[in-house]
Amino acid sequence: MTTVETPPTAPPRKAATVTRPGDRIFSGLSRGAGILLLVVMAAIAVFLTVRAVSAISKDHGNFLTTFEWTPSLNPPVFGIAVLAYGTVVSSIIAMLIAVPISLGIALFITHYAPRRLGGIIAYVIDLLAAVPSIVYGLWGALFLVPHLKGLNLWLDDYLSWTVIFHKSDPNSAARSLLTVGILLAIMILPIITNVSREVINQVPKMHQEAALALGATRWEVIRLSVLPFARSGVISASMLGLGRALGETMAVATVLSASPVLSAHILDPVGGTFSQNIVAKFGEADEFGRDALIASGLVLFVITLLVNGAARLIIARRKEYSGANA
Amino acid sequence: MKLQRKSGLRALTVGAVAITGALVLTACGSDNNDNSSSPSGSSQPSASGSSANAAGISCAQGQILASGSSAQQNAIEAWVRNYQQACNGATINYKTSSSGEGIIDFNQGTDAFAGSDSPLKPEEAAASKKVCSTGTGINIPMVGGPIAIGYNLPGVSNLVLDASTIAKIFNGKITTWNDKAIKALNPSATLPSTKIQTVHRQDDSGTTDNLTKYLGGAAKADWPYPHAKAWAAKGGQAAAKSSGVSALVKQTEGAIGYFELSYATSQSIPTVKIATGASQPVEATTQNASAGIAQAKVVGTGSDLALDLSAAYTTKADNAYPIVLVTYEIACDKGNKASTLPLTKSFLNYIASDAGQQQLSAAGYAPLPTEIATKVRSTISALS
Amino acid sequence: MSHSISDAKPAAAGAPAATRLASRRLPRWSPLAIAVGAIVVGVAIGAGFGLKSHLQWGLIALILFVGGSYAITAQVEGRRQAKDRVATSLIWASFILAVIPLYSLVQTTISKGVKVLDGTFLTHSMNNVLTIEPGGGVYHAIIGTLEQVAIATVIAAPIGILTAVYLVEYGRGTLAKWVTFFVDVMTGVPSIVAGLFILSLWFVALGKAPASGFAGSLALAILMLPVVVRSTEEMLKLVPNELREASLALGVPKWRTITKVVIPTALGGITTGVMLAIARIAGESAPIALLVFGSNMINTNPFSGPQSSLPYYIYQQYGNGNDPSYARAWGAALVLIAFVMILNLVARGIARWKAPKR
Repeated sequence: MTTVETPPTAPPRKAATVTRPGDRIFSGLSRGAGILLLVVMAAIAVFLTVRAVSAISKDHGNFLTTFEWTPSLNPPVFGIAVLAYGTVVSSIIAMLIAVPISLGIALFITHYAPRRLGGIIAYVIDLLAAVPSIVYGLWGALFLVPHLKGLNLWLDDYLSWTVIFHKSDPNSAARSLLTVGILLAIMILPIITNVSREVINQVPKMHQEAALALGATRWEVIRLSVLPFARSGVISASMLGLGRALGETMAVATVLSASPVLSAHILDPVGGTFSQNIVAKFGEADEFGRDALIASGLVLFVITLLVNGAARLIIARRKEYSGANA
Repeated sequence: MKLQRKSGLRALTVGAVAITGALVLTACGSDNNDNSSSPSGSSQPSASGSSANAAGISCAQGQILASGSSAQQNAIEAWVRNYQQACNGATINYKTSSSGEGIIDFNQGTDAFAGSDSPLKPEEAAASKKVCSTGTGINIPMVGGPIAIGYNLPGVSNLVLDASTIAKIFNGKITTWNDKAIKALNPSATLPSTKIQTVHRQDDSGTTDNLTKYLGGAAKADWPYPHAKAWAAKGGQAAAKSSGVSALVKQTEGAIGYFELSYATSQSIPTVKIATGASQPVEATTQNASAGIAQAKVVGTGSDLALDLSAAYTTKADNAYPIVLVTYEIACDKGNKASTLPLTKSFLNYIASDAGQQQLSAAGYAPLPTEIATKVRSTISALS
Repeated sequence: MSHSISDAKPAAAGAPAATRLASRRLPRWSPLAIAVGAIVVGVAIGAGFGLKSHLQWGLIALILFVGGSYAITAQVEGRRQAKDRVATSLIWASFILAVIPLYSLVQTTISKGVKVLDGTFLTHSMNNVLTIEPGGGVYHAIIGTLEQVAIATVIAAPIGILTAVYLVEYGRGTLAKWVTFFVDVMTGVPSIVAGLFILSLWFVALGKAPASGFAGSLALAILMLPVVVRSTEEMLKLVPNELREASLALGVPKWRTITKVVIPTALGGITTGVMLAIARIAGESAPIALLVFGSNMINTNPFSGPQSSLPYYIYQQYGNGNDPSYARAWGAALVLIAFVMILNLVARGIARWKAPKR
């Protein structure tokens, strides 16, 4: 695969040019576009906060620790405990499955597969990244859930003692957080693979050839010269995937059996996630119910923001001493 | 590296070609799906009509938007089809979403009428005055239907349950199919020891609201929760929408769930007969549901026709199915928009007419009992 | 400079050269032999002990394979080679593990989708079709998706590209930092939140709820914007500084340099980015359901009257919960995937064709 080979770039140096009207107009336009983007973002943030605050102030439960979501009751009681837990747990499961496998596929494409086959696979995985999530939902509900029942029973039979893999009722369908995690993993696999592959392709060939010349095996080349270089890129790829997993709506809503129960048994058909709850409760919500849902959307928004911020920090720190363009 | 402005232009050409292609595409679609099916309305004359046509519909022109309950989806679809086929130039766009969304759409002025499984709450009725400049939003009962309790238990047909057993099952007090209480109601059936898997709605729903109203009304002792659109009991599995519930019941052995009768029919899921105290356990059929709804009393004031169904829940009349749901059409009594009033009135007139109501049984719904239907028709004629 | 050797074959060339000096090697067919052996033993153990789950048979075979190849290679070729082989088999395993569900997804969609996919399905709307009956089509939804996505692109692409130009060519200081940060934040806006935002904005501005394709386009534009900015930014950074400097040295004003030199050079990459962003938003159903009202009829005017869209159509048909509707949902899913994939292919094609040649 020859992707666009990147000549290492320094940010363009400021060129001393005479200021002309065209220049001023153009720089004004582009600055304006940036400012417009800021304004839109600020408007969204303000809008979310205003409606969320008005909802939370009327909440008679504790917004952070209440399990139920019943803003239609009088007095209204709703909280995000189950949703936050479900969102985090299903995303963690998705990451645990998707990150190693994606890295494996990326390495397979770049270092193991015959060159032509690798190209084809890379292409196909690129395309899969664009499959709409509603299609994953459809497939998950009608195909994946019935087929995961065996895995569920097997985990329950042999790993029940771990508590995590205990299934309270072996007959219940596999509509659990674990299934959601697996479906999310399948959804974000192509994204993480794509970006990781791009990053691995950027690893200087010189490093790898040097390692090979010293008699390293293929695995040693990967471990010693590819992975250290690609680490920050893989982390940012994973964060991209995590962002999508956290906010996924339709695929979760069709697969999960949601209920306001917080359980450590990830095989049990209980739990919920932010986006799933929004989509399930939105239809019958009145204006106040919508405000309450927006409040939960705000929390999801903040979580995504933190994740993105963390990824930026990690990458920025890595960049400083990785000697990337050496 | 050389600058490739030429190919840049070519990229633009590709884009232009794509857009042109899309524009050409817009010219070749068709709204016409009437292959051979002719309007199936009977030819009885409707209550009022200046230009009554073959289908007995007095037509109006224009375009209206409506939205709301999915419980009446199949009925509305059939009515809309008949109406549009009989009346050229009329477009009725009913968006199947949910009662709550329908009411919000109505109160925001998007809808000419909304469909809802429960009557307007006082604050919603108050909010509707903004849209109905001189009047207020009223509830017009239109589509009745049984809520079927479907189950998946191979080898067991004609299962009979009563309100308290159903309440105990859905509340997790009865957990196996060979429980004493179930055996007592089904002496001749061979019940397996399978665990009961209850399935309920994960989204808020008018169907849940009506079922829990029934459980609270007919089995107060065994159903401690207030009626609500959100499922309150612990345990069981949840699925999205009636389609999800029925699909899960169909997939899972030992499962029991609730949904509108049409889902049970279309997926051939057996339904529970209810022991109401009548001489025979009552099956969930459209006719029996009509008999159940006939017990209801109108509690709305003025032109509002909101129904109180609590008499239906505890009825002991023969062949009266107690778990019923009534979907209302919500419109302004006065102050409907001039642009949408004629079509709204004409369409509601049609669906409340005998010809319209007769369509219902075929789609798995219960026609309104005569007494209520009469009131409905006079209310609709007075809409302005 | 690293790109000077970038045409060398990737690592595949290395393996034989690295091990030629080793004293003993396993024959080429050995992994296959070990695999077959492991499967045979795994099945034998599974059948022999009467383990009911076939998953366990596979698991036993896999453990035997990894352990066996490690042990045998360690014996013959040494520990380092053994580790290499284990890594190789794990990477192959992860590849196969991922291919199975993805293959199944595509296969299910195609096999269920083609059943309803015909000329009628593509050229008819759902007008006057009962959802419990077969028939009808997706034409109105295709039109809706095409128009909404086109409008969203017309809004988001110029703003996004200009923002990226600002960040790369002009941006210094606080404003640029804030914009970079908020582009990141914007990628995390849940799609339904974007829908709700437009809904209330519309209500505040016009005093009524929106029911047109245009309202949906606005929400899609919000979702599209950060993706366009990100990819364009990357592409502009790849334009060699020498080009800019050469142009400026000839006395060309900066804005002419950007519009005539920088952007045309990066045009292929920018197009790819925009296309990928389009593919991303074409699959959004949540904001669409809120804003365009939905319709069973063809409405070619995105600025007035309700419209439908493909993802919304799929969601609707899935919710109907009967076999004809499921069939239509799969058919529409296939159309949507085909649409997105064609866009992707076009984008990749442009990227490859525009890639800097050397």
